[in-house]
Amino acid sequence: MAVMTYREALNLALREEMKRDDRVFVIGEEVGLYEGAYKVTQGLLKEFGPRRIVDTPIAESGFTGVGIGAAMTGLRPVVEMMTFNFALLALDQIVNSAAKMNYMSGGQFNVPIVIRGPGGPAHQLAAQHSQSMEVYFYHVPGLKVVRPSTPMDAKGLLKSAIRDDNPVIFIESETLYNIKGEVPEDPDFVIPLGQAAVRREGADVTVVAYMGMMYRAMEAAEELEKDGISVEIVDPRTLMPMDTETILASVRKTHRVVVVEAGAGFAGMGSEIAAEIQEAAFDDLDAPVERVTGVPAPMPYARNLEKAKTPSKERIVEAIRRVCYQDGNGSH
Amino acid sequence: MPRTVLEPRFQVEHLSILDSDGNLDSSLDPEIPSAELKRLYRAMLLGRRLDERMIRLQRQGRIGTFAPIKGQEASQVGAAATLRRTDWMVPSFRETAAMLLRGWPIEKLLLLFAGYLEGGQPDESQNDLPITIPVATQLPHAVGLAYAAQYRGDDAVVMAFCGDGATSEGDFHEAVNFAGVWHVPAVFVVQNNQWAISVPLKKQTHSRTIAQKALAYGIPGLQVDGNDVLAVYAACHEAVERARGGDGPTLIECVTYRLGVHTTADDPTKYRTAEEVEAWERKDPLTRFTAYLKKKRLLEEGLEDEVDKEIAAAVQRFEALGAAEPLTMFEHVYAELPAHLKAQREQLAGALGNGATPPAGDDDQASPPMRGQRTTRR
Ligand SMILES: Cc1ncc(C[n+]2csc(CCOP(=O)(O)OP(=O)(O)O)c2C)c(N)n1
Ligand SMILES: [Mg+2]
Repeated sequence: MAVMTYREALNLALREEMKRDDRVFVIGEEVGLYEGAYKVTQGLLKEFGPRRIVDTPIAESGFTGVGIGAAMTGLRPVVEMMTFNFALLALDQIVNSAAKMNYMSGGQFNVPIVIRGPGGPAHQLAAQHSQSMEVYFYHVPGLKVVRPSTPMDAKGLLKSAIRDDNPVIFIESETLYNIKGEVPEDPDFVIPLGQAAVRREGADVTVVAYMGMMYRAMEAAEELEKDGISVEIVDPRTLMPMDTETILASVRKTHRVVVVEAGAGFAGMGSEIAAEIQEAAFDDLDAPVERVTGVPAPMPYARNLEKAKTPSKERIVEAIRRVCYQDGNGSH
Repeated sequence: MPRTVLEPRFQVEHLSILDSDGNLDSSLDPEIPSAELKRLYRAMLLGRRLDERMIRLQRQGRIGTFAPIKGQEASQVGAAATLRRTDWMVPSFRETAAMLLRGWPIEKLLLLFAGYLEGGQPDESQNDLPITIPVATQLPHAVGLAYAAQYRGDDAVVMAFCGDGATSEGDFHEAVNFAGVWHVPAVFVVQNNQWAISVPLKKQTHSRTIAQKALAYGIPGLQVDGNDVLAVYAACHEAVERARGGDGPTLIECVTYRLGVHTTADDPTKYRTAEEVEAWERKDPLTRFTAYLKKKRLLEEGLEDEVDKEIAAAVQRFEALGAAEPLTMFEHVYAELPAHLKAQREQLAGALGNGATPPAGDDDQASPPMRGQRTTRR
């Protein structure tokens, strides 16, 4: 194990996979000389050269489509989105081509591509630059969607995503690039896609959360610990396919659930998880599933408004108290 | 500081070799060997006759909506014929004649338009992409295939087709720009058939030609008479060999005409005149090539009957197949069968009451193979 940042873990994953497999190459805006807008490709141009670290014109649809074409011949492109907000320009390529080519070709052409970059709320990057983009992708059959919360996951999941035979949407976080954590240096270390992680064990209530919201839920859990409420935190890590088994196992243990997500709640991850739980474990529930979500409005620029839009520790604490019927309301 | 001219006036050339009556401009004769001329003719004829047959099949409800090709046979066949088998062909949705030439069996094309997954499945030995519906999306893929060829150091060339309307899409411009910047072995063949459904070319672009759009991206562009198979062949041959030799991409505009409907769901009398269609019928690519081959004594007796028989036999094979199997809809959504799809598949199998068991190899989550499936990790 080594302690490294989330950014370094991603960089290590890329470096290891590029060394392991000549079919892997990185393509995107500013990935070469500039080493990535968020420096995830640091040192890679120097090590692997311009054939495998490819700077492109500013054309998200174009370079995503190029990646798809190359992937159809069996290469394994890693497409960097400078931020995932700009993946919207490539939505047709991702949804209509990457996700469907295997199906439409009767299994002849799979598309082993990874599309990665930061997404979600950041620090004062405002409306067009601060969105939870995963919702646009996990709805689409044929795509896998990953949101890694820790440096170890960043490395292990990116390596799996690169080795996966399907198109994988891999959304990092601008706010997590500098967090540090233990990361196995073993080049064979991978974390399979589709496996959730129990981040914290608890007995009274399950909180499902990922990325920044997972850390906020941790803070909430620590606070509630003092009041004798024991919180279990499940991080799905892969949103599609979703490891519902791990979530359900936790629900069957605690009987109470809060789902936290940074984006707007309507038809969000929380709605889906709540639906899955009530379909499979309705009789295990002792309280309705609560959702704590972002305000359904564009992300404001002002710092105080930005803070108010995103779920806070306080709102998570309140929701947990509510499902535990300890909100002092006494009406349950 | 003075204003200076940085680029001399751009020139856009138009190439035409056979006139509408089949007379050859011998100074431009591409000297295509007789056997090759016969191959081109047969492919054009097969394209035309199958098109006619498919319209009847569609009207009878035996296949679904499709985009007929009548009038565009020379553009498609002349272009695709310049590829080697190891080269890549990337169609839009109206390249039936080119697809036939590339080796798609007739019944597979029928299957495609009857909704079977197998219809979109190219044979293992075929470097062809399936058709694509969103206009121009296939063009960046073509650049990706060409980049992959460059990456691996093989000598494959990629030919991508699109329509005149497609040249308004961002993906067209992004693809041609990428191809220019990276100097990849790609040939873009624009089938300028004058119409994008009901929208005529002049409402699509204010440029005088489509070929000139290449110049903005620093690559050669050439306009050819798309109803003249010799001109299309000559132009594409030059472009393909230039690409293979490492000298980069080309854009070729084939000026042609869609003599029939946009798709079988369209009625063109609503937006264009009979006179316009008649004028283009006089430039029919097949009539012209027939006249030329007749003069060269290369027309084969009984070829039409032979082609019709080939089509009839394929239609028979197609119709002998049972209805599409509902459970195939779960195949190839992913490279493997994830748990949530497996559950839904079992549910549907149960509801269908056919006792269908999950396919063999399901435990290791492999999707069931289809007929003739290759492993795609090439
Ligand atoms: C992205 C996209 N927009 C719109 C359509 C609907 N559409 C199908 S074909 C077509 C016209 C295409 O014209 P052109 O590129 O000239 O090709 P042609 O049909 O003439 O062969 C349109 C608008 C589509 N399939 N994809
Ligand atoms: Mg057109």
